[in-house]
Amino acid sequence: MSTKNHWGLPRFSLRFLHIWRRNLLVWRKLAIPSMLGNLADPLLYMFGLGYGLGRMLEDVGGMSYIGFLAAGIVCSSTMMSASFEAMYSAFSRMHVQKTWDALLNAPLTLDDVVLGELAWAASKSFLSGSAVLIVAAVLGLVPSPLALAVVPLIFLTGLAFAALGLIMTALSPSYDFFMYYFTLCVTPMMLLCGVFFPLDQLPPAAQTAAWLLPLTHAVALARPLVAGEIPAAWLLHVAVLAAYAAAGFHIALALTRRRLMT
Amino acid sequence: MNAAAPLTVSGLRKSYGDSEVVCGLDLELRPGECFGLLGPNGAGKTTTLRLCLGLTDPDSGSIAVLGQPVPAQAREARQRIGVVPQFDNLDPDFTIRENLLIFGRYFGIADATLRARIPDLLEFAGLASRADTRIQTLSGGMKRRLTLARALVNDPELVFLDEPTTGLDPQARHVIWDRLRKLLKQGKTLLLTTHFMEEAERLCGRVAIMDHGRIIAEGEPQALIAQYVEPHVVEVYGEAAPDWAELRGRVLAERCEAAGETIFCYSREPAPLLADLDERDDLRYLHRRASLEDVFLKLTGRELRD
Repeated sequence: MSTKNHWGLPRFSLRFLHIWRRNLLVWRKLAIPSMLGNLADPLLYMFGLGYGLGRMLEDVGGMSYIGFLAAGIVCSSTMMSASFEAMYSAFSRMHVQKTWDALLNAPLTLDDVVLGELAWAASKSFLSGSAVLIVAAVLGLVPSPLALAVVPLIFLTGLAFAALGLIMTALSPSYDFFMYYFTLCVTPMMLLCGVFFPLDQLPPAAQTAAWLLPLTHAVALARPLVAGEIPAAWLLHVAVLAAYAAAGFHIALALTRRRLMT
Repeated sequence: MNAAAPLTVSGLRKSYGDSEVVCGLDLELRPGECFGLLGPNGAGKTTTLRLCLGLTDPDSGSIAVLGQPVPAQAREARQRIGVVPQFDNLDPDFTIRENLLIFGRYFGIADATLRARIPDLLEFAGLASRADTRIQTLSGGMKRRLTLARALVNDPELVFLDEPTTGLDPQARHVIWDRLRKLLKQGKTLLLTTHFMEEAERLCGRVAIMDHGRIIAEGEPQALIAQYVEPHVVEVYGEAAPDWAELRGRVLAERCEAAGETIFCYSREPAPLLADLDERDDLRYLHRRASLEDVFLKLTGRELRD
């Protein structure tokens, strides 16, 4: 079997928008329960820990604990939502419902399909992350208009995690496989990337490791922006997230080609 | 290579690991015909269709679909092809009408054009009264009809049908056959894979029998029957049939084949055979004309393909 073509560069076409739109139309049918489900989890963390734990803490990183937490939860809920959509939902469309097979019988290519799924998962996570940001703003936890810069950051974060999720989808034999990724990657990121406490509380080796992970960079951008400051080394953080998105997409595409173009 | 041929395949090869699934295939379809690609499971039929759609790359050989080289111009080719896949992949989250509309958008067809076309497609599929029903509630036959209608949403010149009636009841199957004849009347070219020989005999002007990745016979169904098998078949049933075949059947028929307790006797002149059987009350028999299935079994053997 030839493997020569799988790693070819993506061939981009605007036709991916058809796939994005198809997913949007399905989502619209279930939009309200879906949004509530996506919001419940992050808001429980934010209120439960923010108020409960926050009472015992003077301030964290120069702000109230709930304010500190809000920026982290915006990023982690984006990560969760993009990961779920790019894994469980995309896997359903690829493997269970065979929606991708139908798309590929039309004049759409696998490159269009994977790009469409990437864009869709990022869009959906954008809604989740933005909803948390809006709730935080309504509660008065977002003092500065600089926080508007978090909006494109949420989308970029969504792209990075959607791309990583699509890699897992391309490799996955069944839904159960995604548990490994959640246990080995998503949960450690949730706990070690500065969502719940400042990174400098970790031992130096763990800090170094945390800087390799995309969520750390998303949080490092979101937290100062929410507080009204321009993040230090912001270009570096943006570049890391963009690199995760671009490299992740290319790997996901190559693995998906290997899986399906046989 | 004939430029007007809707599909031309030459020297097509495809391997997976050590096993070659398509081994030097040549095919040429004529405009407006229904061509049947027949073969047991694993013969390479579905792989051939996937290659012709550009969904996988051949190891060697060339494919031209409606004048477009595939896989190089597969997108352009698929723009003008309709596909009825072996397994339904309708969108379960949408209604019948939405399935047609959204699938049509994948071709870049304007919504206004699609909305004008959809009533005819629903009529064709016999689903006009259920346009706003969700897919989950449909029977197997309705889903198949909708899949066929969906394959026509781009008004294709060439339609690929991969085992379109597998799993359908006889009523549903006859409806599909009727619709396929309508498509032929409209001048569309059909490429049908099936392992129902009756289906191929009814619909196809020409068939190719494929096994182990090769075409082992090709032609009009009646011509293949005349070429490969004797015109009369007598099927003999009963516990005593194998013994009868050894003593009498092999003498009276040109050829006998056994499948368990059933003996298939092939003959040009069946009168002596029938006279012999009429004297036996421990055997039942059926006398019929030879069919494409007899050709198929002769060429591909009777052993199971799993």
